[in-house]
Amino acid sequence: MIEVEGLSFDIRGVPILKSADLRLEPGKITALIGPNGAGKSTLTRLIARIEPPPKGRVRVNGLDVATTLSDRLAREMAFLGQQTYLASRLRVRELVAFGRWPHCHGRPGPADRAAVDQALTDFDLETLADRFVETLSGGQAQRAHLAMAVTQQTPWLILDEPLNNLDLAHARALMAHLARLRDAGGSVLIVLHDLNFAAGWADHIVAMKDGAIVAEGPVEEVVTTARLSDLYETPISVSAHQGRPLVLHHI
Amino acid sequence: MVAALVVFLAMLWLFQGLGEGNWRFVLALRATKLASLALVAASVGVATVLFQTVAQNRILTPAIMGFDALYLLIQSLAVTGLGTIGFASLPTGAKFLLEAMLLTGVSVALFGALLGRASAETIGRTILTGMILGVMFRSGAVLLGRLLDPNEYAIVQQASFANFSRPAGGTLGWAALLALPALAVSHWLGPQLDVLGLGRDRAISLGSAHRRMVIGVLALVAVLTAVSTALVGPVAFFGLIVAGLAHALLPGARHRALLAGAALLAMALLISGQWAFERVLGLRATLSVVIEFAGGLFFLVLLLRGRVR
Repeated sequence: MIEVEGLSFDIRGVPILKSADLRLEPGKITALIGPNGAGKSTLTRLIARIEPPPKGRVRVNGLDVATTLSDRLAREMAFLGQQTYLASRLRVRELVAFGRWPHCHGRPGPADRAAVDQALTDFDLETLADRFVETLSGGQAQRAHLAMAVTQQTPWLILDEPLNNLDLAHARALMAHLARLRDAGGSVLIVLHDLNFAAGWADHIVAMKDGAIVAEGPVEEVVTTARLSDLYETPISVSAHQGRPLVLHHI
Repeated sequence: MVAALVVFLAMLWLFQGLGEGNWRFVLALRATKLASLALVAASVGVATVLFQTVAQNRILTPAIMGFDALYLLIQSLAVTGLGTIGFASLPTGAKFLLEAMLLTGVSVALFGALLGRASAETIGRTILTGMILGVMFRSGAVLLGRLLDPNEYAIVQQASFANFSRPAGGTLGWAALLALPALAVSHWLGPQLDVLGLGRDRAISLGSAHRRMVIGVLALVAVLTAVSTALVGPVAFFGLIVAGLAHALLPGARHRALLAGAALLAMALLISGQWAFERVLGLRATLSVVIEFAGGLFFLVLLLRGRVR
């Protein structure tokens, strides 16, 4: 479980996150939605201890992220942010293999190598495995980074806008992969801008606006015409398709 | 291959034209200078690779960010504070250790916060801040130089320019005492540096104690820079060339290989350069100028061929 209590964050006095409280149950895909500047990325970065400990408290599976060793937390959660710039010159296989670092600390065994091979297959990277990451397209590089995060094999996977640069087929494949992880007992917190991916694949939605959590609950409760139109301050319609909400915007 | 080349160059340096005369004296002199050159080369090469990993940038070097200028500023301040006699009467080892410790403390305090949060978005700011700090330290050293009396200034001036022919004297032993553990620790940290090289967010996500690592690596850079600056003076672009060559010539980004590669390439360049300078050119040129000019040309060729990233 991820427990967030009174979490606040500001940049030079400008509040980015205002005393957020949140409890995320394990075994679900939780989508974080909201307009630009809502504080979604900040919330994920604070949960993943990428930003320094702020006001408030975050616990992941009972571990306080402010006081627990980073190495220990790396076996509880994997985080992938929006930035895929890489200063090091690495081949795709080497990058993905770094996902095993928290488990093998640079001395991979057969299980680690098998996990890397599986991730290369899952993310359609086998033919790119020996290419340098810097030679890949944006979408291919994004898949390589996703494969690295998944290879970490942690109970929690925290992804900030992972669909960036992905084509529709690979975006769908990623969500299907996350669903399989969820079915196997894993938990995912994912920032999504495409509301139909959120509505189609998530089990739980957290909606944010102006640094505050304004709604959370099952998909059908949060993804409604009134709530989304209010959240994004633009006309949005929600209908249904195969039992899931379908989000449409007016042209 | 580079290691074999370094061994060959070391043999050439030691035994070429040794003659029948007082060969023991000559050999001891050559061995001291060889050890000095090797220590400087390894220090500059390793410090630059370490620094570039922390800064997430292949253009920055400790020299460009003003580490050696800071060392000179500290030395100028020491001469100003203690006077010529006071400074000269300090035991060599104590003086060197004090300077290295001061450089480590000041550079960690100054650059720790700046580089600890370096990312793709902040690279421009990091470079600019570092260059401004470098200019500030150099200007501070120059200003102090103007305030010193000629005798005091001569002491500072001696250390202000790279000179590979300068005898190491009593500093070599102390320098080795500091540099060898720093080099060993750098090698030991290799796999963790690989993680650090992925960038701050990914390193933290993978369990790196990022801030502690950044401070530790900066301390190593400061110690190695202090060693090389104390032995031969500041070398502006040598580190950039050596690290660039190591990145270009080695197939991957594993730090144990990169650090060893940069150290060996630096040794090969320095020893061959000094050999040519002393034995072929008959001391009619300045090695620092020759090395940086030739290395700069080679670096440019690699850059134009797209092999330096």
